[in-house]
Amino acid sequence: MTRGYFDPIEEIDTSPTVSDEIKHTTCYMCACRCGIKVHMKDGGIRYIEGNRDHPVNKGVLCAKGSAGIMNHYSPARLTKPLKRVGERGKAEFKEIEWDEALELASEWLGDIRKTDPRKLAFFTGRDQSQALTGWWASQFGTPNHAAHGGFCSVNMAAGGIYTIGGSFWEFGEPDWDLTKYMLMFGVAEDHDSNPIKAGLSKLKNNGAKFVSLNPIRTGYSAIADEWIGIRPGTDGKFVLALIHELLKADKIDLDYIVRYTNLPWLVIQNPGEADDGLFVRGIDDEPLCWDTGTNQAADARLAGVSPALTGSFTTEDGRKAVPAFALMAERYLDKSYSPEAAEKETGVPARTMRRIAAEIADVAFEQQIEIDQPWTDWAGRKHDKMIGRPVSMHAMRGISAHSNGFHTCRAIHLLQILLGSIDCPGGFRYKPPFPKAAPPPLKPTGKPDQIAPNTPMAGPPLGFPAGPEDLLVEEDGTPRRIDHAFSWEAPIAAHGMMHMVITNAHNQDPYPVDLLFMYMANMSWNSSMNTAGTKEMLTAKDEETGEYRIPKIMYSDAYFSEMVAYADLVLPDTTYLERWDCVSLLDRPICSAESAADSIRQPVVEPDRDVRPFQSVLIDLGSRIGLPGLTNEDGSAKYPGGYPDYLVNHERAPGIGSLAGWRGEDGNSHGTGAPNKNQLDKYVENGCFWEHKLPPEQHYFKHANRDYLDYAASVGFIGSANQIIMQVYSEPLQKFRLAAQGHGAVQPPEEHRDRIKKYFDPMPIWYPPFEGEALDTNEYPMHALTQRPMAMYHSWGSQNAWLRQIHGTNPLYINRKTAEAHEIEDGDWVWVISHHNRVKAQAKLMEGVNGDTVWTWNAIGKQKGAWNLDPKAPEAKTGFLLNHVISELLPPKGDGFRYANSDPVTGQAAWYDLRVRIEKCSAEESAETAPQFPTLEPPKALPERPGILRYGRMYSRSAKRGDGQ
Amino acid sequence: MTQIPQNTTGTKLGLVIDLDICVGCHACAVNCKEWNTSGHSAPLPDTDPFGENADGVWFNRVHTFECGDGADSRTVHFPRSCLHCEQPACVEVCPTGASYKRAEDGIVLVNEDICIGCKLCSWACPYGAREYDGDAGVMKKCTLCIDRIYNENIAEEERVPACVSTCPANARHFGDLGDPSSDVSRMVEDRGGYDLMPELHYEPVNKYLPPRPKSTGYEEDRPRRLTPIEPTNEVEEAGGLFRWLDKVLTR
Amino acid sequence: MHPAYSVIIFTTFSGAGYGLLFLMGLFAAGQWIEPDRWFGFTGFFLAFTMVISGLLSSTFHLGHPERAWRALSQWKSSWLSREGVLAVAGFVPFGLFAIGWVIYESHDGAWRLYAMLTVLFAALTVYATSMIYATLRTIRAWFNRHTVRVYLAFALWTGSIWFNMITQLFDLHTPGIGMIVVITGVLALWLKRKYWMFLDTSPSWVPPESATGLGDLGSVRLLDAPNTQENYVQQEMGFKVARKHAEKLRRWAFFSYFLVPWCLAVGTVEAEPWLKIPAAILAVISVMAGTMVERWLFFAEAKHTVNLYYGATDS
Repeated sequence: MTRGYFDPIEEIDTSPTVSDEIKHTTCYMCACRCGIKVHMKDGGIRYIEGNRDHPVNKGVLCAKGSAGIMNHYSPARLTKPLKRVGERGKAEFKEIEWDEALELASEWLGDIRKTDPRKLAFFTGRDQSQALTGWWASQFGTPNHAAHGGFCSVNMAAGGIYTIGGSFWEFGEPDWDLTKYMLMFGVAEDHDSNPIKAGLSKLKNNGAKFVSLNPIRTGYSAIADEWIGIRPGTDGKFVLALIHELLKADKIDLDYIVRYTNLPWLVIQNPGEADDGLFVRGIDDEPLCWDTGTNQAADARLAGVSPALTGSFTTEDGRKAVPAFALMAERYLDKSYSPEAAEKETGVPARTMRRIAAEIADVAFEQQIEIDQPWTDWAGRKHDKMIGRPVSMHAMRGISAHSNGFHTCRAIHLLQILLGSIDCPGGFRYKPPFPKAAPPPLKPTGKPDQIAPNTPMAGPPLGFPAGPEDLLVEEDGTPRRIDHAFSWEAPIAAHGMMHMVITNAHNQDPYPVDLLFMYMANMSWNSSMNTAGTKEMLTAKDEETGEYRIPKIMYSDAYFSEMVAYADLVLPDTTYLERWDCVSLLDRPICSAESAADSIRQPVVEPDRDVRPFQSVLIDLGSRIGLPGLTNEDGSAKYPGGYPDYLVNHERAPGIGSLAGWRGEDGNSHGTGAPNKNQLDKYVENGCFWEHKLPPEQHYFKHANRDYLDYAASVGFIGSANQIIMQVYSEPLQKFRLAAQGHGAVQPPEEHRDRIKKYFDPMPIWYPPFEGEALDTNEYPMHALTQRPMAMYHSWGSQNAWLRQIHGTNPLYINRKTAEAHEIEDGDWVWVISHHNRVKAQAKLMEGVNGDTVWTWNAIGKQKGAWNLDPKAPEAKTGFLLNHVISELLPPKGDGFRYANSDPVTGQAAWYDLRVRIEKCSAEESAETAPQFPTLEPPKALPERPGILRYGRMYSRSAKRGDGQ
Repeated sequence: MTQIPQNTTGTKLGLVIDLDICVGCHACAVNCKEWNTSGHSAPLPDTDPFGENADGVWFNRVHTFECGDGADSRTVHFPRSCLHCEQPACVEVCPTGASYKRAEDGIVLVNEDICIGCKLCSWACPYGAREYDGDAGVMKKCTLCIDRIYNENIAEEERVPACVSTCPANARHFGDLGDPSSDVSRMVEDRGGYDLMPELHYEPVNKYLPPRPKSTGYEEDRPRRLTPIEPTNEVEEAGGLFRWLDKVLTR
Repeated sequence: MHPAYSVIIFTTFSGAGYGLLFLMGLFAAGQWIEPDRWFGFTGFFLAFTMVISGLLSSTFHLGHPERAWRALSQWKSSWLSREGVLAVAGFVPFGLFAIGWVIYESHDGAWRLYAMLTVLFAALTVYATSMIYATLRTIRAWFNRHTVRVYLAFALWTGSIWFNMITQLFDLHTPGIGMIVVITGVLALWLKRKYWMFLDTSPSWVPPESATGLGDLGSVRLLDAPNTQENYVQQEMGFKVARKHAEKLRRWAFFSYFLVPWCLAVGTVEAEPWLKIPAAILAVISVMAGTMVERWLFFAEAKHTVNLYYGATDS
């Protein structure tokens, strides 16, 4: 309302009603899983904000989360089940009813399960329900299941789990409040994004020093006190040089090493024999050390022993053995690990490495912190304070996505261990349910005797092999899984190898699959290497039969992504605001270092389309095909209420279910307890999360903290309350190496032996990333990387009307000096050429990038028409996908065999090994990215793209007045 | 009232933005858009939202600058929104009085009901803070969340602009810059908060805190390298492990 | 600045219209011209058409033209409002002046006063228009002493070419009018050249270092804009014209706003009617076209400080 002409006065309502109702749930705009408050008004979504009480985000919310409304109301949302009518890849569909879709799906699934369950390849993308999907695959009886971890960060997970029984991100976090020095390796704007931002802010305001190693200076690196623009894939070399410096100056925490690690354990020195490099073990299989007190071998796990760290000893049976510490120290004291030796590869001056080593030693040992908090160690000994070495570290994709990532990750953990800064005040801290045994005693399932028609597998498809006998291989060494995980090609592929599924299924290697069933994984676009080849493989037909090489493809997604076009049957999913979900302790929970927590999603709005939540559909399909865990004895569905029914009533083990909070019939048990039918109501009442705060005496040293270990065992986080001993020297790796040397019952085929021998070193090593080694680097002198922008997360957000204004296209960022040498200016079109393919991009010059590195934002480029975007959208015209030039296979070896473009230990996709050269485009070449693919026509049922969005008009002043403006 | 009012209270509400810890995540920009598209200035429309030239009304935008060259360069993320100037030319040029500065708290607002959409205020603003809503034909801008900061229907700790409430890095602060004892004024004092384009004399209320000097690691009082423990005889040198030989450590 | 056609047309035509009114008022007040009814009718018809169509066209770019009446309220502070008030108020003396000339065919007594007031209001209105631009500190190309002079000179110059044409049509041309054409043409040329010289030599206004306050860290360059497609601010204020292109247009403008009309108007003063009338008409067409190019450049070459946030290295 306005009064007055010459002095108009606006009357403002400064206290409008914000919402009729606030519904709590969990964000799903990325993998961070923040708690959100959804303000509902007049039946619509007024506003989404962070939940102040939530352990993850404590009230803040990032750009993605704040744009949730636009994902929810996207015109790219699928509306009804679709059945393919045209050729694959053309997106020609017929709309069908759910009954028909589910009948068809269960017919396909049922036929496979009756004959050979392995012919189902069930792979899910960035979903957060792996506790369900993995279990479902086991129930089905197929080992061919994994989620996206194999192409995301399995190197971090496996490297950490096998070394310290935990890792970064969901597994642990820096002690943001107390740390005085932080080293961050290869972290772009991804995982754990809001906690990292909040943490860095605290850290900087506390005056701590923050050092970021990253070839690219954006986001977090931009606010680092020191940015080290290291050459991609050489962080391991850098870290080992720091270790060299620390060892040389004896700046290591020997007490910590003796108490908490396996470095004092005796290692057999018997070259050429089957026991070489294994631990000396006693009659009960206990590892032994040399007790200097009694001057004889003793159980290395005993409290009170005084183990020798160096020296050579003879065991009772006359074998020579040395403490693992001696092997470790000897190796890294060698000049080949000196900063000078690392200078060339890393591009970092030796004096910088020496200085960083001196700085972290200074902080760790001269600036130690003490908390007056008594605690009890694993042996029951009381300590009156907690002593911390306030150096913390964090690492992610930049370490992970290299073919040397597993060892680099282990090297970082070794550095932390030597400093004594794991789970101590100011250091790195485990988040429950970690630490676990390194590795946990959970093996992958899928051996010949574990697979039978119509029979569930006895265990989960994924696990942690502790030696060759745990591999899933045939007698001749052929892989048993379609993705070749847990084979000699990638023995510790703990998260599977989703990036190899389509290639192997197409090549029928090791066998043909009948149905490829995928969820929320954009495999024909940004989730695959070799995009064009993947599209060909998805549509390739058998020359003789005319049938598709991959006979059936079933796909579930909420949006019209590029992958939808390749499905024979599309099961439309809901948005995250329309469903029940669970972020379970059985999967990847939301705990912090000081609390165990899990959370749920609840539907805040009803779907306005004929779509169903994938997890409920999966449970429905399981009942239809009679999976034992989903069917009652009379054949009826065990969880007729779908996913929420399952979440409450399913028990994985007695008393343990998807959710840990409010268990027991009365809802008063936490952690374990009988199912509680009101459990979800309790979660909703509590803001959709449950949190158990650890008492202060359990806050640190969880790996050796009596009270914490007892608690963790009581709620099933760990099998027993034993101390978790950090495995610097990894015996499982040595076992693989011994097999390659010709020992043991399960040995690799000849062609894989050298590789296993070389890369299964029981202690961290560094080697150059594979792709560069296989190529003439004069021809491909540059590295090419992608990063996830903070305001966008894969294709999850690229159709988002708000976020695409921030990132509607992506340039190729080039170091200014490098670009000038190529006579490239801002806006010029350039070819990025790899050994595999080439892609055209528009140059953007910058200072903050390693001179030998070019990079771009990940997954901004789109196929024309996908996501219901205008085919003229910048995402398809100037935006590009680096995936086009990345091969899923390494260049052929001498014998023609092509390994996956992966880490040799874990099978982690080596996205960042990519080598390229750049060439300026000729003037004649069109100003549009290439390669281009045919324009996708969105299914007819999708809404028209609006010419203008007026979100919020219903809440505007004119709407309130009713003048319709 | 187009003429700049006499501030009756001395209150100068505004933002302090800490460039030292802003990581450029755009959370403030998007959350602002989300709050305001259904707030006082609703809606903030987006034209061609799924097309070639998507463009929308945003009250807050985040730029990224690089400063300096080569090894000495820095990357700085730079959120930009209305600075609620004390001498707002955008208000003076307005022919209708739609653009005004509130006497009681200094917030610069647009009265959409009488704005004729001449866009002159956007020409007068050096900072690009004015965003034209071509759909409604009126100028819109940051309201400092006038419908949040005094809102009695929300919890007291949430009565701050949406950008401040949502900032994951705590790089944005809201308060009374007219009160020298307020937290924001102290922050400006301690950290050398500054004005943008001071030479134009718009006297912005919002202040920016500069990036702190980087630690080069070569400060006098910090160690530059570790001193190796030197072997005392040849045997020791050969093994290299002598230093740990006689250590008695108990588990 | 984005050269919006509505504003270019508005300022060109209303400038010419006010210039014509100014000259008619001046000559009537000085009683240097006969109060010929049809001459007056034609002059007022053309001047009013130009002023009114200019004013109407200026409302085309408004988001709410129906609220334009509100724009008269802030005359105490806003030059745009003052321009509106003057434009509206001016029609009182203009109208009375026209009544005297066309109906009563008189320049005497009160009618002479209205002629003087017409001179005053015409000049003030153009002055107000120019002050809208000249007070914008955000745009160095406008925020300078040249802007007002050039606006006034161009109104006078274009008005004089129109005045020249009408006097030729009615055979009322005098050496005085010829002198006015000669002088105002040279004035417009001289002031515009001075303006362009100022533009080409004036030092950077606000640098990106000041726009961001980050100058202590070194030279400041934009790495990423907040949006990958152009937003309103970039579309409205981010217009860029290539230096070469601008120079070419300046030459074109020089020919068509000055050289051609000046020569046509001055060179045919003594010519036969069959020559001088078409020449006078051609001069009008040329000066209007040329002024529109000049006005286009006035916008296109104007750099707004906001571009410093979108990659500009100076303003």
